[in-house]
Amino acid sequence: MRQSNEAPLWALFSAGGVVAAFLIPIHLFLFGLAFPLGWLGTPSYEHLMELVRSPLVKLYLLVLCSLPLFHWAHRFRYTLYDGLKVKHLNEVIFTLCYGGAVVGSVLAAYVLWSIK
Amino acid sequence: MADTIILEIARYSPERDREPTFKSYEVPVHKDWVILDALNHVKDKVDGSLTYRWSCRMGICGSCGIMVNGEPKLGCATFLSSYAGTGNKVRVEALRYFPVVRDLVTELSDFLAKLKKVKPWLIPDNEPPLSEGEFLQTPEQLENYKQFAMCINCTLCYAACPVVGLDSTFVGPAAIALAQRYNKDSRDGGTQERTAVLAHPEGIWGCTFVGECTRVCPKHVDPAGAIQQYKVEAVLQWARTLILPWGQKKSQKTREEAGSAAAD
Amino acid sequence: MQQLTNAPLYTEYHPRWYRPHVSVYWWLGQWRYLKFILRELSSVFVAAVIVMTLFQLRALRNGPEAYAHFQQRMQSPVIIAFAVISLFFVVFHSITWFNLTPRAMPVRLRGKRIPEWMVAAPNYALWAIVSFIISWLVLGGRG
Repeated sequence: MRQSNEAPLWALFSAGGVVAAFLIPIHLFLFGLAFPLGWLGTPSYEHLMELVRSPLVKLYLLVLCSLPLFHWAHRFRYTLYDGLKVKHLNEVIFTLCYGGAVVGSVLAAYVLWSIK
Repeated sequence: MADTIILEIARYSPERDREPTFKSYEVPVHKDWVILDALNHVKDKVDGSLTYRWSCRMGICGSCGIMVNGEPKLGCATFLSSYAGTGNKVRVEALRYFPVVRDLVTELSDFLAKLKKVKPWLIPDNEPPLSEGEFLQTPEQLENYKQFAMCINCTLCYAACPVVGLDSTFVGPAAIALAQRYNKDSRDGGTQERTAVLAHPEGIWGCTFVGECTRVCPKHVDPAGAIQQYKVEAVLQWARTLILPWGQKKSQKTREEAGSAAAD
Repeated sequence: MQQLTNAPLYTEYHPRWYRPHVSVYWWLGQWRYLKFILRELSSVFVAAVIVMTLFQLRALRNGPEAYAHFQQRMQSPVIIAFAVISLFFVVFHSITWFNLTPRAMPVRLRGKRIPEWMVAAPNYALWAIVSFIISWLVLGGRG
């Protein structure tokens, strides 16, 4: 049963990996280090809201916040199988990993949609 | 360079032992000696009961795979003098992740079954009659699969792959690379048949691209690359089943290529 | 292939094979295995950055006070330390990803295979360009 799902799951993992590789570092650098530590001038609330209100930016943020989660889900699932030898728990692990990714994506969609 | 080196060889005799134990042998270091020469020296001059596989002694038969200081290596392709400086000891064991029959000899029937499972033979779309002559292939078509055809079945990649160790049902690097060798062959039309066997967690999806298999391969087959390429191909095949559920057309390109090549 | 039971050491034509057990700590046995596991665990830090972004978006939605509070939280030493570690891991992900993708997609030009570094290099260039564009957009206003 699960074999027919693996191809699209791997495709999601790959897509998420590409998005994560290109976009995650700069987001973390800016909002996690440069602005809090004052290396760069923090953008104003109004400017960020102006950016986030744009539908194009919302789409970008939705992709940013969903695909890498599916990348994590797939990779972490296999790391648990191999790293901790818990393949016998694969039902639980599968649900927690992809479930988590789905929850995160839905949350992202909801928050973005509710920003007016 | 030191005159002698100590080989710590894992000895296991099923009648006597429950698990392997190490025995040390002092071996002369000659400039042109490989580990296989050292093993032969031990067997000829010191301990005739030492058991190991070897044949061509030139890296083409794939028989003499062993672990040397924890690394999978061909005994005939590893120079003794490279280890002469490192504390003068060389640890030799049977290839990892395989059952050990005796000393350095591993049990390979499972590996051979996995090779057979991927249908490693040409499955042409349609067999033309003998009167039409042989299949023709351009150098470019040969390049598409030649690298994967270089495999000598030495199983060093299996000894390097942690997934092989963790999951005995995992088909493994050499088998999947072999499947790709045929998938990419312009004379072959059996990709879907092989994918039906391999698009499973024990097949290509079990691989997590550790990459160790490619690193240890003595013939530069790049099985890791073959497997990742197969994953991409499998996704495309799956996507085609979504879009064309009423029947999969076998790859038109290979038949057209073979047709035009035959017309030349 | 028959599975032999534990009891006899030797039955005719079928000696007892030694079957080594793979420990759950196999990944600590070799530096290369450890590096692989660290590469895989980088996905956890990628997910952590997404979580940070979700909190950030929620704070933006809830108004300027909420966002100011979010910014203050991001300045706490624990969060900063975690951010430094995360940055190392997400960059590690990017580098290993760009270096490995050419293996999955061999590029051939006029029959000859393009070397892997030549396929990876444009990815790095694009990474730099995209990062610059995002920074420029984000920094567009001062407050």
